[in-house]
Amino acid sequence: MKKFTLTVALLLAGLVGRAQTQPAAETGYEARQLKIEEINFVSNYYHQEGNNSAVTGGIGTEKLTNYANSFDLVLSKIDRFNRVHTLSIDANIDYYTSASSDNIDPLTISSASKSDIHFYPSVTWRVADPRTRISRSLGYSYSREYDYQSHGFTAQVSKTSADNNREVSVRGSAFFDTWKAILPSELRPANYGSGAHNDRAGVDYKPRNSFNMALSLSQVVNKRLQLLVVLEPSLQQGLLSTPFHRVYFTDGSERIERLPGTRLKLPIGLRANYFYGDRVIIRSFYRFYVDDWGMQAHTANLEVPVKLTPFLSISPFYRFHTQTAVSFFRPYGGHDPNLLYHTSDYDIGNISTQFIGTGIRMAPPGGVLGIRAWNALELRYGHYTRSTGMVANSLTLLVKVK
Amino acid sequence: MNITRSLLAVLVCLSLASCMTVKEYQKSRINDSEMELSARKAEKFETGFYLYREGPSGANGGKSSGGCGCN
Repeated sequence: MKKFTLTVALLLAGLVGRAQTQPAAETGYEARQLKIEEINFVSNYYHQEGNNSAVTGGIGTEKLTNYANSFDLVLSKIDRFNRVHTLSIDANIDYYTSASSDNIDPLTISSASKSDIHFYPSVTWRVADPRTRISRSLGYSYSREYDYQSHGFTAQVSKTSADNNREVSVRGSAFFDTWKAILPSELRPANYGSGAHNDRAGVDYKPRNSFNMALSLSQVVNKRLQLLVVLEPSLQQGLLSTPFHRVYFTDGSERIERLPGTRLKLPIGLRANYFYGDRVIIRSFYRFYVDDWGMQAHTANLEVPVKLTPFLSISPFYRFHTQTAVSFFRPYGGHDPNLLYHTSDYDIGNISTQFIGTGIRMAPPGGVLGIRAWNALELRYGHYTRSTGMVANSLTLLVKVK
Repeated sequence: MNITRSLLAVLVCLSLASCMTVKEYQKSRINDSEMELSARKAEKFETGFYLYREGPSGANGGKSSGGCGCN
């Protein structure tokens, strides 16, 4: 963590230092230094309890705790053609303990629960040309966990209307991921490793590639209402099952989860935000989702920020989600051994979920707690329930430094 | 699919019939930070755990497919 903080600090110092050594304008245009637009720190605590873990075939503990921290920095600069260059740097690190992951190898003597660190930074460079009203951006993201690694590339083009009330955007992204295929201990072939650091026996590495395309249209309808519609098809190919998920069959046999090698997803989302009166904002979201594994889903979210004062608001929210199971889902012990694909993962089963909570946001003019650099502070709590009986709690703290 | 069609019809009607040109000086409410047409920054990790605990992904301002060992 110290190394990470130091790297970010050096990067920031380097960028700002470079900005300060820009030569003075000699060609008639005004030199504009690199400017820090925004810095955000977000911390989250998440804990869940349940008894339908896919690691143990759809039964067994789902106890999991995750501590997540995020740092994002937005820098901007205007070039000689009056184009705005924006550089966004985002670094995230999660630490989690998972009791179900500990059951991959239940015969070993280990800690109460398996733990891991997930590190996922990203960088995006965006150029907005006010003359053409076109913005272009390129991004790269990286993600690493003990058994998973990803490289992601994103490109986006958007155009704003002359009256600045409409924007059309197209974004394409590709992720090239690699699974380290850690198998449940009793299902490993002879001489197949456990995946542990000190195990010299090898394990397989399997690719998973994802290609996404997002088309979006936003529209200011009137002085109080604006809308956004997003269509985001994606295609995944490679190892789409999780290698350490167990499946139990009607004849009493046991295998690892097996799912098709491709998946086509089609979500369409609609956002509508309305400013009611002078203090209340209604933020609404709906998504319809369908894929070629037989899943259909509806997700609706409503959040109502109320401005108690110009510098203090509370934001109660409620989210409802329902989905049908993929065709290959059966509960513990319910699978036909003659069928090719099988999973007992309730995350892609027939479930409905609810998430309810509230946020409180402070942005006093003199800075939060009198610290001028702390532009805004937001605290957000939510309680999540799933129709399978799983419950979770999430607590988030955001500090915005500008 | 009827729900989707109805929503699209509402969207098209709103876009075509009710849109007015809103001048920049009339956008004090539209430009409020709470009116942003994207997920809030404080929701970042919530959209993350939906990816693991639910089947669908995408079209919500968060991650779509890939980049994590999730659904």
